[in-house]
Amino acid sequence: MTNAIDRRQFLKLAGLGGVVFASGLPGVTLAAGQDDFYFVQLSDTHWGFEGPPNPDAKLTLKKAVAAVNGLDRQPDFIVFTGDLTHTTDNPVERRKRLSEFKQIVSELKVKTVRFMPGEHDASLDNGKAFQEFFGATRYTFDHKGVHFIVLDNVSDPRASIGDDQLAWLASDLKQQKTDAPIVVFTHRPLFDLYPQWDWATRDGAKAVELLMPYPNVTVFYGHIHQEHHHMTGHIAHHAAKGLMFPLPEAGKAPTRAPLPWNPAEPYKGLGFRGVDTDARTAECKLIEFPVVKA
Amino acid sequence: MTSNRKAFATVMMSAVLALSGFAVYVAAQSAEPKEKVIRISAKKFNYTPGEVQLKKGVPVILEFKTMDVVMGFNLPDFNVRADMVPGKTTRLRLVPDKTGTFVFLCDVFCGTGHEEMNGKLVVSD
Repeated sequence: MTNAIDRRQFLKLAGLGGVVFASGLPGVTLAAGQDDFYFVQLSDTHWGFEGPPNPDAKLTLKKAVAAVNGLDRQPDFIVFTGDLTHTTDNPVERRKRLSEFKQIVSELKVKTVRFMPGEHDASLDNGKAFQEFFGATRYTFDHKGVHFIVLDNVSDPRASIGDDQLAWLASDLKQQKTDAPIVVFTHRPLFDLYPQWDWATRDGAKAVELLMPYPNVTVFYGHIHQEHHHMTGHIAHHAAKGLMFPLPEAGKAPTRAPLPWNPAEPYKGLGFRGVDTDARTAECKLIEFPVVKA
Repeated sequence: MTSNRKAFATVMMSAVLALSGFAVYVAAQSAEPKEKVIRISAKKFNYTPGEVQLKKGVPVILEFKTMDVVMGFNLPDFNVRADMVPGKTTRLRLVPDKTGTFVFLCDVFCGTGHEEMNGKLVVSD
């Protein structure tokens, strides 16, 4: 392993016990161990957005696809954690954007790609258009012994998971062993990160409560267009950077308006994430990648 | 309060209110409120008025109407929220227990301008 950082060092860096993460570690490459696998998380691509916060809006997603294709180690799978497209009130335009997005990401070398909606994709039509292109908005899958759960907290415009989906989640979890490694993908934070900017899920605490009996759970989400790490008990929640425009830190600006584009540092604040996962424990090592190498 | 009015109040509370804490009290309002009524209307994608001035400890009734689509009113710092449904009037009774400037926002995704749909509550002594 090049520039290897062992598990103890990660734990020391993170200070979070069972879940580890490291950011901004250029040159770190991950070696595949017997129990490890690797996936990539992309989020908040907002295809269709136009405006000063990203003068390169029509090319950023394509550059991100090229960056993923250029990784030394190709992931087992890729996940997009919502807001694939920028919202529009026009249902025809919404489908056009979803179609264009789908065509662009079809250029990814890795063909196992998981999708979920964000509120920009799904909240104005309860996920109807999204489902036409990408299928179910909630589902599970298993990979090398890790159980993955995709939760939909955006098709309801009230940012609610809903009792029906919570019952579905409870039923699915009952089928898992208590020590099962579990990874949850969702768009909005399941905890109240900053409700003043709508950075929350109305009934997210109910999902966390259902997950709490399982000691090996990690949550990956998007929505806030920046890297963020938070613990609810033993459960780690990791937010990903976006791929169209970064947003301010919670409460550190008068509004949640996008941060301005800096011509001196184009794409600053944008990026995607590699996740090296221990298949026995779902312990995750995170590596943050820029859209374009500096 | 008649039994009908009690029932109405109970339903309203369970339907539209979320509250916690000790100093803030929010309750459904009877048909003839005694407190000052602050009327707030919503339409894509703003509230009118966009800024509400209140006095700490002085109870008010916030009365909401939406002019077009379903909206939300969320005042996280006081842990209160309400759904705003076209054709219906929603009321909250609020006793501000702290001073400052607080954001209220629409928490029901309502369209392209949803993320800019917010206002300010200013509470003074």
